[in-house]
Amino acid sequence: MSEAMAPFRLIRPASLDEAMAALAVEGAQPCSGGTDLLVRLRKGLLEPAALVDLTGIAALRDVVCDESGMWVGAGATLATLARNPDLAAYPAVIQAIDSVAGPTHREVATLGGNLCQDPRCVYLNQSHWWRKSNQFCLKYRGDTCHVAPKGNRCRAAFSGDVAPALMVHRAQIELAGPAGARQMPLAEFYNEDGAAHTALQPGEIVVAVHLPPPGPVSEYGKVRVRGSVDYPLAGVAVACEPTPDGLRFTLAVTGTNSKPLLVDIPDPLGEDADAFFAALVKTVQKAVSPQRTTTIAPHYRRLSVAALAGRIARRLAADAP
Amino acid sequence: MGQGMKRVVSLKINGREVEEVVPDNLLLVDFLRDRQGLTGTKTGCDGGECGACTVLVNGRARLSCITLAASCDGSDIETIEGQAARGRLSALQRAFHQHLGAQCGFCTPGMIMASEALLRQNPSPDEAAIRTALGGNLCRCTGYVKIIKSVQAAAAEARS
Repeated sequence: MSEAMAPFRLIRPASLDEAMAALAVEGAQPCSGGTDLLVRLRKGLLEPAALVDLTGIAALRDVVCDESGMWVGAGATLATLARNPDLAAYPAVIQAIDSVAGPTHREVATLGGNLCQDPRCVYLNQSHWWRKSNQFCLKYRGDTCHVAPKGNRCRAAFSGDVAPALMVHRAQIELAGPAGARQMPLAEFYNEDGAAHTALQPGEIVVAVHLPPPGPVSEYGKVRVRGSVDYPLAGVAVACEPTPDGLRFTLAVTGTNSKPLLVDIPDPLGEDADAFFAALVKTVQKAVSPQRTTTIAPHYRRLSVAALAGRIARRLAADAP
Repeated sequence: MGQGMKRVVSLKINGREVEEVVPDNLLLVDFLRDRQGLTGTKTGCDGGECGACTVLVNGRARLSCITLAASCDGSDIETIEGQAARGRLSALQRAFHQHLGAQCGFCTPGMIMASEALLRQNPSPDEAAIRTALGGNLCRCTGYVKIIKSVQAAAAEARS
């Protein structure tokens, strides 16, 4: 018999209204594919009174593509999205989806769940007895962050692959909650705090992601120990778009901070390409803030994600029309 | 701590209709192993990382250690025990046996179920497709060469 989860009630609403009502009850936790949440439940990292299973809500699985771009329901599974021909116009998004965990996870893991994925830390994602023997940590029952003991916030690293890819394509996220629906740029959905990394309020869920019509070419790259299953030690999405001033690059990095980080590259590609890409690599190195949240050294993650960003940017520039 | 609940689930396991009362927090792997006696499905990492607990739910590969039994109400579940028909091993089971795809055998039920899901969707997978489909299944004995050869052999047998 596996390690027991604390008891909870499973509620399976068939509509968004039913889900909103179920989530209004204290202690209710939304759940979709469960590939992140059930593992945390099993490790005793949360003890919800009720799990509200959103997978029965057909409207959340819709994917619509028209002249205004793509509307992707938060309940669409990553496996379904990877096979969606319209999403192929956003290459980094498809590449990021294909690099999430393993194929069996992607069968049930949803877009919304991936965007809300809990930030990870080597001091947090451990068994209960391991954490207890370490006096727990700032995020859960303890009072000290073992990564940055003098700090006053949780440094767990956001480790989702899909968010940075959507961010370089300027995606908007749609939320629904007790106070109604709201929408914001995906980059603004996240906070630099491993213990409260999204803008979600109690009872609020992600409903959809809206992508503007395809424009930039893009690519997502991921640094990890193994070729499959692993979370990113760091990952970077790069988009490249021609403007009258030259090629402009947009970058977003995951795995280094408590939120996926948009990295601003103010100038377009100029005459001196080598100097430009060297500066781009330096900009990424300075922008990211990897901490001791994995067994791999933060410095390696900083250098490797910056190098990867430079390599991808050069490749996109070479292929640009 | 939340107040737990129980419910009746009706599902099909290896073609057999099953109706049982399960607590909401019961995992599918525990339901199969402890309630149904189907211990062919293995608990490896116990946290969705190794694929040893892979079963088919409605024909698609699923990790039973991070799936709730209560959420499988009305589903069609297939485990390694259901692969042999009338005393004859399935094509994949025969291929894993003949091509030495199993060493200690602990990952094998998960490997075979993930491969079964692949071959049903893509009867002629190339090596890259097999590697991708088995990307979530870990073998700690050795490399994956014999496992991939076994899947290729099973696919070839099905085509012949």
